[in-house]
Amino acid sequence: MENKKKLVIGVIGADVHAVGIQILNHAFEDAGFEVTNLGVMVSQEEYIAAAVETAADAIMVSSLYGHGELDCRGLREKCQEAGLKDILLYVGGNIVVGKQPFDEVEARFKKMGFDRVFGPGTDPQDTIKALKEDFGL
Amino acid sequence: MNPILMIDFGSTNTKVTAVDLDGEKLLGTAASYTTVQTDINDGLENALKKLEAKTGKLDYTARYACSSAAGGLRMIASGLVPELTAEAARQAALGAGAKVLKTYAYELTEDDAEEIQRLAPDIFLLTGGTDGGNKDNILQNAKVLAGIEGTFPVLIAGNRAAARTCEKILTEAGKQVIVCENVMPKFNELNIQPAQDKIREIFLDRIIKAKGLSQASQLISGIMMPTPAAVLAAMELLSRGTEDFGEGKGLGELAAVDVGGATTDIYSMTDGAPERPNTIIKGLPEPYAKRTVEGDIGMRYSAAGIVEAAGLGAVSSLAGLDEDRTLELLDEITNDTSRMPDTPELEAFDKALASMAIKVGMSRHAGTFEKVYTPMGEAYAQVGKDLSRVDKIIITGGSLIHNTPEAVRAIAAHALYDINQPSSLKPQNAQVLVDKEYILSAMGLLSQYHPETALKIMKKELVSYGTAK
Ligand code: B12
Repeated sequence: MENKKKLVIGVIGADVHAVGIQILNHAFEDAGFEVTNLGVMVSQEEYIAAAVETAADAIMVSSLYGHGELDCRGLREKCQEAGLKDILLYVGGNIVVGKQPFDEVEARFKKMGFDRVFGPGTDPQDTIKALKEDFGL
Repeated sequence: MNPILMIDFGSTNTKVTAVDLDGEKLLGTAASYTTVQTDINDGLENALKKLEAKTGKLDYTARYACSSAAGGLRMIASGLVPELTAEAARQAALGAGAKVLKTYAYELTEDDAEEIQRLAPDIFLLTGGTDGGNKDNILQNAKVLAGIEGTFPVLIAGNRAAARTCEKILTEAGKQVIVCENVMPKFNELNIQPAQDKIREIFLDRIIKAKGLSQASQLISGIMMPTPAAVLAAMELLSRGTEDFGEGKGLGELAAVDVGGATTDIYSMTDGAPERPNTIIKGLPEPYAKRTVEGDIGMRYSAAGIVEAAGLGAVSSLAGLDEDRTLELLDEITNDTSRMPDTPELEAFDKALASMAIKVGMSRHAGTFEKVYTPMGEAYAQVGKDLSRVDKIIITGGSLIHNTPEAVRAIAAHALYDINQPSSLKPQNAQVLVDKEYILSAMGLLSQYHPETALKIMKKELVSYGTAK
């Protein structure tokens, strides 16, 4: 049981969209991950504190309300500062305002240090596949 | 009649309280100086003589005791993240009635090691990592502790996957080690009761002997607990009661303050759930029965801390003194900590100090909220307990209970919501109940055996002084 890969998930910033993260929580648990769900309105510091304490393998950031780009800035740097050197960072949801070409959005978030970026309407199974790939499972 | 004796070995006074179990009433209280230097029984006998003068000779069928003598139960706690396991460890120690000398987060440094050695705690509480979570930190800290000289026992209550290795490291270094469940088995899940039970056991086994209290323990029929743990037990009983209806009904949500010479203890009995709609709770879950201790604010040893925390201007204007005079008086009482408020000036100064101690203590104890503007409108994020609907404040402690009702009401009013601290979730209005006979610790002891009687006596003996204002 203790060999399960550990994920910290939550909706970043002042975002209160509570449904998607719940679905992700179940999907990830069903797929055999150990999930720490921080819920909505999660600050960068909270993700990091939870990841440090649980020795998490990945932080999954959700953002729906359009301010994702602002909210996510500096998260990778803070992880490094906190000693989370190799932690995986994923982001998904409606992470930017309106409809923008996904490859541009993806490039911007990758530059911020995210390992994977998911657009609106991503099937949780796609994310799980990506996680397994990244963990070499 | 079925008389029972409760003894509280305090740092200055040994207090004795006699209760009649059959009549369910208080028979009398008395106090005398604590004598840890010589034989703790001397002070106890003096107090008992005084009590006997009031109650006549009593044939006690049981004797229970609590103690905060010889420095109380001095603990150091350590965890990983300051807001998570380090805070959980601190709360575990505080709730067990300890005086928390220091709380460390992350890795202990060489400087920390020196400090720990110098502070020489009675117990070190080592935590860090959720179960299956981070191991490196607690292992590293076990190694640092192993290198520290000192006989203090180490209580390990961290990541269970690392507990055995920590135990080995410390046992090999000759430390006494006790392992128990993690204070935070899962992220943000507080599990402090097992650690608290172990702290109580260690207190009984080792600390009482080490502090010269064992001579007294021969006289004592039941558990010996740290005084703050007894007070906490009394408050929780008073709040929750023993039943939901009738005589056993508790008083419901309440707060309590005890301003001592060196520290200020604040208690709250409430789940602290948000009163405001649209509020999301952040941070650790809060225990229903919560105790915080402000080590830097107190009426004598820590009077300077009150002035520092509240501001010289605030204290002097409340006392009606100019700032220079306030500083002179501060000097006087810090140099002579047994000084009584024997002049009108000192009396005013003491009231101002007590008021500010309560204000600072309650502000630190109560939760806070923050407005967050979402594109939808306003929402709130709450950290800590919302005390705004708590409508009773218990005043206990030698420095406060002897004041006039007007003075106590005015002092207690400083525990309330303050327009200048709009984000602090302090009580809005409160009735002031005074522990005039100073029996809360005794009732906490009694509650361990006879909760119904303890509740009845508290309800009778706590005096209402009206509404705080
Ligand atoms: C319900 C809802 C609300 C409710 C939320 C109630 C609640 N507490 O949950 C309320 C009314 C409060 C609300 C408010 C707002 N909302 Co709204 N809301 C929606 C709505 C209709 C449905 C969201 C939902 O629950 N979907 C169902 C779940 C299952 O899907 P999901 O959230 O998308 O999550 C899935 C995937 O996105 C993905 N996913 C999500 N996160 C992540 C993370 C990772 C790492 C990965 C891999 C995948 C992933 O997996 C999830 C499960 O399948 C959407 C529109 C829509 N149809 O999506 C708008 C929508 C999200 N809201 C929007 C907006 C603008 C707002 C407001 C700003 C409106 C306003 N102007 O006031 C506010 C913001 C409030 C705030 N501070 O957060 C916009 C966002 C636009 C943008 N990003 O550019 C949307 C897209 C509507 C729109 N088309 O304009 N909203």
